[in-house]
Amino acid sequence: MEKELADVRGMIIESERASELLGAAKPVPYAVELKGRITRDMIEEISKLKGEPDWMRRLRLRMLELFEKLPMPKWVRGVGEIDLETLVHYAKPQTQTARSWDELPKEIREYYEKLGLPEMEAKALLGLATQFDSEIVYFNFKRKLEEKGVVMLPMEEAVKKYPDLVKQYFMRVFPAEHKFAALHGALWSGGTFIYVPPGVRIEQPLETFFLIGGSMESQMEHSIVVADKGAQVHWIEGCSAPRLLKYSFHNGMVEGYAHEGADLKITTVQNWSRDIINFNNKRAVAEARAHVQWVEGSIGSKTTYTFPSTILKGEGASTEIYGITAANGGLWKENGAKVWHLAPDTKSRIVNKSISANGGTSVYRGMVYVAKGAKYARSHVQCDALVLDGDSANITIPHDQVFEETAVVTHEATASRISEEKLMYLRARGLTEDEAKASVVLGFVSDIVKDLPFEYAVVLQRVLELEFSKLGRVG
Amino acid sequence: MAVLEVRNLHVAVDGKRILKGVSLTVKSGEIVALMGPNGSGKSTLFQTIAGNPRYQVVEGDVLLDGASLKDAAPEERFAKGLFVGFQSPVAIPEVRFAFLIQAMLNKRSGKKLGDANPKIAEAFKIAGELGLKQDVFNRGVGAGFSGGEFKRAEVLLALLAKPSIAILDEPDSGLDIDGMAAISKALLRLAEGGAGILLSTHYARILKFLEPSKVYVMYDGRLVLEGGPEIVKKVEEAGYERLFKEAGIA
Ligand SMILES: Nc1ncnc2c1ncn2[C@@H]1O[C@H](COP(=O)(O)OP(=O)(O)O)[C@@H](O)[C@H]1O
Ligand SMILES: [Mg+2]
Repeated sequence: MEKELADVRGMIIESERASELLGAAKPVPYAVELKGRITRDMIEEISKLKGEPDWMRRLRLRMLELFEKLPMPKWVRGVGEIDLETLVHYAKPQTQTARSWDELPKEIREYYEKLGLPEMEAKALLGLATQFDSEIVYFNFKRKLEEKGVVMLPMEEAVKKYPDLVKQYFMRVFPAEHKFAALHGALWSGGTFIYVPPGVRIEQPLETFFLIGGSMESQMEHSIVVADKGAQVHWIEGCSAPRLLKYSFHNGMVEGYAHEGADLKITTVQNWSRDIINFNNKRAVAEARAHVQWVEGSIGSKTTYTFPSTILKGEGASTEIYGITAANGGLWKENGAKVWHLAPDTKSRIVNKSISANGGTSVYRGMVYVAKGAKYARSHVQCDALVLDGDSANITIPHDQVFEETAVVTHEATASRISEEKLMYLRARGLTEDEAKASVVLGFVSDIVKDLPFEYAVVLQRVLELEFSKLGRVG
Repeated sequence: MAVLEVRNLHVAVDGKRILKGVSLTVKSGEIVALMGPNGSGKSTLFQTIAGNPRYQVVEGDVLLDGASLKDAAPEERFAKGLFVGFQSPVAIPEVRFAFLIQAMLNKRSGKKLGDANPKIAEAFKIAGELGLKQDVFNRGVGAGFSGGEFKRAEVLLALLAKPSIAILDEPDSGLDIDGMAAISKALLRLAEGGAGILLSTHYARILKFLEPSKVYVMYDGRLVLEGGPEIVKKVEEAGYERLFKEAGIA
């Protein structure tokens, strides 16, 4: 991992803070903006604008009813400041889905260029979709994958083109079990649908990039990634936003499905600006002998709640859930994990690494459930916290529910800091104070980062380096 | 030709005066030994030379080639050719030892921290000669290092950094006789290559290998004896307490 540190400088523009990469938001022309109270009329309007089939319209309306009924979850901080009635819930930029970068409006294209997405696409990706506010504005997908029967489409297109396939998964992996999930179901817009047929293994990743370009908006994209029997796919989602006047609200959903023997990887590099209240609903199912890996790189945003979860449904299914959380400044960042062991010989490994600084709080909230009959299920949870000063904190809230005697569930937690002694030692070896801090922070997460595709490891490292090398005194 | 000069150095830690006027000189190619009982201030002197901000220079100065290091940060001192090895292991489990070597070599040659550095192969070779197992390269710096491993690692870093002045704080403690021989050989090589060496030790044994040109004995923050190899012999035979008594020091 060491080499990349230097290369990446060219890739991402120098800035004081990783989350300020895109500067201040610039005005972008919209074709449609729906704002205000969330009513049946609004839902109907969105559905009509999208030209949806009736089943999806009804799904939305069912979700709206649930949203109205369900109580506000008590454990969510920072969401109280969101006034849903003042947000734009559907913001369609004035553009069609482009197939080449120069078809995009200049204001939008420039954001993606700053993020280095065109280069990333050329170097590392077999498919890329980018969402701006509520809609996918750019989409490109390699023909050779299409020929193998792989589907990657903006969700709206998939709903129309492959309704039977989409219906099998859409809010079935993640039902509306809490208020925000229901809200998402009613208002969802954008996201991608990916389906990989049996036995097809895609060696390079597919990516969807989400950008929130305006203040006082909600973005609620819905993504589904399905690896059919014996298939393999790696989907990456990136998130970014410019600096906004006030704030915006993200409430996305990811549903994954790894059928028998499949291998599904989902990686998130979340680098929202400090004006995003970030809520996520992420869950995957693993059938027999399937493997699901989540990597959640939670760097940006003001407040984050993200709990990648796996249901180990079939015998011998396994999952790894890796989390990196950066809480720098007065932020509240929850990055947890949930696993349900429902079948024998299922395995899970959760590794969560958090870095808190300058008054930031990182929270690991996790749950391991082992059902009776999930014989010899094994789970290991490791939480490592790097807390850089006395104003910052890490909170680890693990929760086990084990109903099977033969199961083994273990936990391990470490806490460390960048002491003056560590800094002095590294400085005596020639590293500046900034370099010493960055080395410790990057080294701390290197176990997780080294498994990412090269280009993404580079980006994540650079973002972390930016975020933590400019710290004030640590100790 | 490099010269490190310590001039009438007074140092306080947390407001407590530890060094009370220390002066010594180390020149290129020369080996200088610093002895003295525990707590006499040897490590304090070395940390001050390294530029550790906890150690406050109250009076006096440290100069490299005639220029004061007073305002130089630790990394600047390193860049000027000073290498200071630590006495006790500092555990930085986050940073792999191999990365530290790469980073240090890059800084030494004016490159960027993460640049690829072919000299890492040399590190493996020297580590072998020092009896340092390969697997330490993949471990965190100092993390789970035994005392002996840490000492060997510090000497390895000193050799790789190619400093003009190398300062080593008890490089021999915790080592068996083979380890001591390996380290002595390495330090002799470093001196032959033109580096000036200042080391502290409790044992006469390593000094038999190294044959220092000057030996100092420190006590209570002052250099109380100064001379050649005959001092090592006296320390070994009489012990500090009797030696100081005889000399009317304590
Ligand atoms: N970091 C420190 N904080 C407080 N006291 C220290 C510190 N370093 C050294 N001292 C004190 O300074 C004195 C000299 O210690 P040291 O330099 O370690 O001696 P030596 O290396 O000769 O054993 C001792 O009394 C020790 O307790
Ligand atoms: Mg000492």
